[in-house]
Amino acid sequence: MAKTMQGDSPGLGAKLAQLNDTVQGSQAWSSIFRPGSIFRKGYSDSPRNRSYVIMNSVLYHLHPVKVKRHAVKVSYTLCLGGLSFFLFILLTVTGIFLMFFYRPTATQAWDDIYTLRTAVTFGLLVRNMHRWAAHLMVLSVFLHMARVFYHGAYKAPREFNWVIGVILLTLTLLLSFTGYLLPWDQLALWAVTVGTNMIGYTPVFGSEVRFVLLGGAEIGTDTLLRWYVLHVLFFPFIIVIFMAIHFWRVRKDGGISGPL
Amino acid sequence: MTEIPEHLLKRAQAAKQKAAAKTDPEAAADAPAESAGDSRIPAALLERSKAAKARKAGGGDASAEPTPAAAAASGGGSVATMAPPPLATGPGGHTQRLLTVVKSGSIQDVKAKPQDKVHVWPHLLIIEFVAALFILAFTTIFSIFVNAPLLELANVNKTPNPSKAPWYFLGLQELLQMMHPMVAGVTIPGMGIFLLILAPYVDRNPSNKPEDRKFAISLMTVHLMFWAVLVMIGSFFRGRGFNFALPWRDGIYFDL
Repeated sequence: MAKTMQGDSPGLGAKLAQLNDTVQGSQAWSSIFRPGSIFRKGYSDSPRNRSYVIMNSVLYHLHPVKVKRHAVKVSYTLCLGGLSFFLFILLTVTGIFLMFFYRPTATQAWDDIYTLRTAVTFGLLVRNMHRWAAHLMVLSVFLHMARVFYHGAYKAPREFNWVIGVILLTLTLLLSFTGYLLPWDQLALWAVTVGTNMIGYTPVFGSEVRFVLLGGAEIGTDTLLRWYVLHVLFFPFIIVIFMAIHFWRVRKDGGISGPL
Repeated sequence: MTEIPEHLLKRAQAAKQKAAAKTDPEAAADAPAESAGDSRIPAALLERSKAAKARKAGGGDASAEPTPAAAAASGGGSVATMAPPPLATGPGGHTQRLLTVVKSGSIQDVKAKPQDKVHVWPHLLIIEFVAALFILAFTTIFSIFVNAPLLELANVNKTPNPSKAPWYFLGLQELLQMMHPMVAGVTIPGMGIFLLILAPYVDRNPSNKPEDRKFAISLMTVHLMFWAVLVMIGSFFRGRGFNFALPWRDGIYFDL
């Protein structure tokens, strides 16, 4: 970069280099990046630096320095677990955007969504992305489960991680279902009516659970507030905890399974 | 050289004195014989080392007393006859000897076999990054061209015909048409989730090879197909009044 700017002014390149040194030598820079980080010592391709990229960054929580060779084959995992996680991040980002324009009351919810589609910059696009990514996430979590089953990856020592995975699948469905009500259109209202009527058939405590979930005998503005809180706070909080355990167990149980 | 701690030196000295006190009566009697007779080192080897020492001291006249060494080991004998390369000697003037060869694994229990591994950076991270970019691009482009549905404002008094659950619950709704709601809506999905959780504890077959798991794979495939078919029927083959309909004749009653 410095080279291309040299034509404008003779000392600019040197000044930029000096600025670079000042920034990278500053207290702030060395507080942010660990000793050994490639952002402190520079990167040239060597086995040692390849290890440092992982070891001295937050990625070390997610990945070991090395993995089995077959584990990086796309045809083995189809990236389904990672894509589910990425879709969750995408849903969080787009969801936060939507929260700025949405009030969970029966009188305002539908109008807010309508305004979001028509009057908010990128509102339509972001809502579309949130919705399609949600359906994709249900699909990818489901396919991830199928992939894990067909590879026998739930077997020892990964039994408990499979259990967590089933919990995550259930939580994904719950997240999607609680979000379904929020646009407060005919589709939302009646899909959720059909869904919650099923809960009512649960023996012993079915009607009580339904009453608590709906905040009354029928779906109304209280339901909307409850499902909003469940959708934007409660279930994301729970699912993040289970995801953390899930990812941690993947590493602790010896990386991904296989080869077949 | 590391310094030996004083207490260890003292202990060693005490042990030496004790040993000396024990062997003292015999040592006094046959001191010269002890070095040859009582030693655990085979006589032949002692002879060889003696020969080597003598050779080193006397130069070339090693062949003067070769018989015991040659008899003990043919290899050693040939060295003794050739003589010129001086044998390596230890600090006390002893010849180095190979006592035994210890193969790895005979003493240490090697549990982990070395595995073929690759660095996460760049091999895995790049794949993950590309996959994430791909899905982001797909979602964005799809969202530009296809709008998420927003029907008219919710109205409790106006039931749409048909009213359908979200697609992933349409299999359940389909079951609800055929069975008692407690069976279809609660028992079957509840058992489904429960069995799914129990899968690793029920299936004790340790192999992950498809050819060893024909039963498990068939069962799971039937299970998945069961739900997939129900969801497809519920999504596309159910029209007004949730009655059976053909999508190409009666149209599609399905919103995502």
